Amino acid sequence: MPNIEEFIGDIFSEIGEAPDLLLQYLHAIQHEYSHVPEEAIQLLSERLKTPPMKINAVIDFYSFLHRTARGEYDIRFSDNITDRMLGNQLLFKSLCKKLGVEPDVPRADGKVTVSLTSCTGICDQGPAMLVNGLVVSKLTEKRIHKMVGRIEAGIPVANWPKSLFVVKDNIRRKDKLLNDDIIKGSAIGALAATGGEVMLERLENSGLRGRGGAGFGSGLKWRLCRETEADKHYVVCNADEGEPGTFKDRVLLNSYADELFEGMTVAAGIVGAKKGLLYLRREYLYMREALEKTLQERREAKLLGKKILGHKGFNFDIEIHMGAGAYICGEESALIESLEGKRGIPRDRPPFPVTCGYKNKPTALNNVETFVAAAKIAVFGADWYHSVGTSQSSGTKLLSISGDCERPGIYEYPFGVTIRQILVDCGASDTQAVQVSGAAGSTIPPQEFYRKIAFEDVSSGGSFMIFNQQRDLLKMVLNFARFFTHESCGFCTPCRVGGRLLNDLVEKVMVGYATRYDLKEMERIGQVMKKTAHCGLGSTAPNPILDTLAKFPGIYATRLHNTSHTPAFDMTKALDVSRLLTGREDEGAYVERTDEY
Amino acid sequence: MNKPLVNEYGSKEKLIVATAPLCGCFGCHMSLLDIDERILQLVELVEFDRSPITDIKDIGKCDIGLIEGGVANVHNVEDLREFRNNCDILVAVGACAVNGGVPAMRNQFDIKECLEEAYILGIGIENPHVPNDVEIPLLLDKVHPIHEVVRVDYFLPGCPPSADTFWKFLTDLINGNTIDFPYSLIHYD
Repeated sequence: MPNIEEFIGDIFSEIGEAPDLLLQYLHAIQHEYSHVPEEAIQLLSERLKTPPMKINAVIDFYSFLHRTARGEYDIRFSDNITDRMLGNQLLFKSLCKKLGVEPDVPRADGKVTVSLTSCTGICDQGPAMLVNGLVVSKLTEKRIHKMVGRIEAGIPVANWPKSLFVVKDNIRRKDKLLNDDIIKGSAIGALAATGGEVMLERLENSGLRGRGGAGFGSGLKWRLCRETEADKHYVVCNADEGEPGTFKDRVLLNSYADELFEGMTVAAGIVGAKKGLLYLRREYLYMREALEKTLQERREAKLLGKKILGHKGFNFDIEIHMGAGAYICGEESALIESLEGKRGIPRDRPPFPVTCGYKNKPTALNNVETFVAAAKIAVFGADWYHSVGTSQSSGTKLLSISGDCERPGIYEYPFGVTIRQILVDCGASDTQAVQVSGAAGSTIPPQEFYRKIAFEDVSSGGSFMIFNQQRDLLKMVLNFARFFTHESCGFCTPCRVGGRLLNDLVEKVMVGYATRYDLKEMERIGQVMKKTAHCGLGSTAPNPILDTLAKFPGIYATRLHNTSHTPAFDMTKALDVSRLLTGREDEGAYVERTDEY
Repeated sequence: MNKPLVNEYGSKEKLIVATAPLCGCFGCHMSLLDIDERILQLVELVEFDRSPITDIKDIGKCDIGLIEGGVANVHNVEDLREFRNNCDILVAVGACAVNGGVPAMRNQFDIKECLEEAYILGIGIENPHVPNDVEIPLLLDKVHPIHEVVRVDYFLPGCPPSADTFWKFLTDLINGNTIDFPYSLIHYD
């Protein structure tokens, strides 16, 4: 391993020296040393004139940064509910056993650490894991077995068979966005021909709305950004696709990167930005090299850099910034904080990023899919786009379909498609429920399958997880409750504490100790979170619980304990250690077990 | 509006109140006594049953039970259950009863670590052993808020709740009013 001081010196000379690059330095160090050593923290602290506590706080905030070494092989199993449905739990246990490790604890020889992690966006070909940042999909007992052999033999991951690391696009249905190709540079050419104002009108007329989920008009957003006076403007692409069950951006980044960068460049031309940033989630690190290559090709083709397509004054370039494992960074203001090298804690809004975003400058921040759509609208025009869709939701939407169906993958539909139609197309039968828009979305029962995917009906950021009648939906609820407890940034009490309380109550239902009173508590806590949380994470976290309480009361009712109150823990067990340490076996060393309180 | 706790004929019969300190610091009881001369008004309305204030050791049927402190040992569990069985309305009073409070800070360690630090490994310990006299209540592995052990009707937050908070709470409850604190009584910074 290289000397840390030299290594940090090298990163500084490669990407520059500035406090807002802290997260990028930490990412690089973590990748090289499998943790951020104390020495590195001290060096960074001196060079960046930042207190070590601040650096520690950043490291502790992100799931993929560590202060103790994880070893040569850093393994993380994706633990989304779809991975669980495909049996990841057994494989996880099996790998731990074969390697002789406890979860999250590095093996004594420092060789390997095995952990669980939030959804890695490989739901259509799970169960999935990350090994030193590379994706292994479609895990089986056989793959696990061979993997153990390679680890014990010390074969570097780079020399493992390439077939292990195949991630397919799985595009099952194409519509306008994926079908109609544009020639490289044609969107930028169209912008140059029409000028910013006309192009902006074209976007506004197309009715394009943000594809991350909130659905804010993209044309309006870019106009506000353009009209805010400042010495600098920025364009940022949110590729922090963390919503469980969503993987459409993965496919766009893999196969439509040119269109994405083209869309960002058009946005830059409109708002007057010189610099663009792609915030790539850490789980998608494996795509970074290809994305950098695409950027380089575009620079060589004069589609990025100075004097784009020969137009004087049209200068724009794009940098890739890595995330480090934090769902909250998908929230736009948290993402900006993270881009600035800080913990991803959402800002107070307003002001919104569009007027006061990255480095407090006006920032056009959009989802991957939005930029790809914008590039195509720039070439084909507004009519091309809004000729499909509904009155309030024009164009198409990419859905990431996973769970109980024959053909999971990417489906592009015009807005307005019914849930029933989607289920037929992907080969789902005997469906009990569909979770639309991820853990923070809505749970749709069969009697609502007539509903449409559209901003005005069932709004979706792209996730579509299917559960058949054999599934225990409460497991889904618990999986999401745990997810939110883990991903809460901890800033506001309703989310930090409320999420934990909900998680504990769902567990209480699960083990059969809960009463009607507990269900009422869940409802009450959920409503408090909705009303009072600081950001969208906290206010949507109770959704799966509130939805299932209302629409699937049976999954709770059948597990209730028939009393007004039941203790939250096992009191006999709670005395085990004290009994052992004191050697007491008298009457006072036991608590009578009863449910009547 | 709650139902007034005095009966519908306006009976002068006094309500019965009991209080108990579980794993806490007695601060909430001290704060209750801080209502000062209003205690004379209070005893017009209520009679105290089991409480450190009366030194009555056994509880009878009560209208209101006030519990200070969290649940840390076997005695706490037993006392709390006795209160729940005998009180119509049970109130978690103060941070420890509501959340576990300061005693729950030991929850981030194993009970084994705590006992060993206190009785075996600590500095200056003679005859190191974990006390095992049957008179000493056995410790639970974690400290719990009281609602994890019994059903609780009201939560009175604060560390401690101020005397005015106690006064407002008790007078509202006794008179059948909705308990509605002004902000000044429930903000803590």
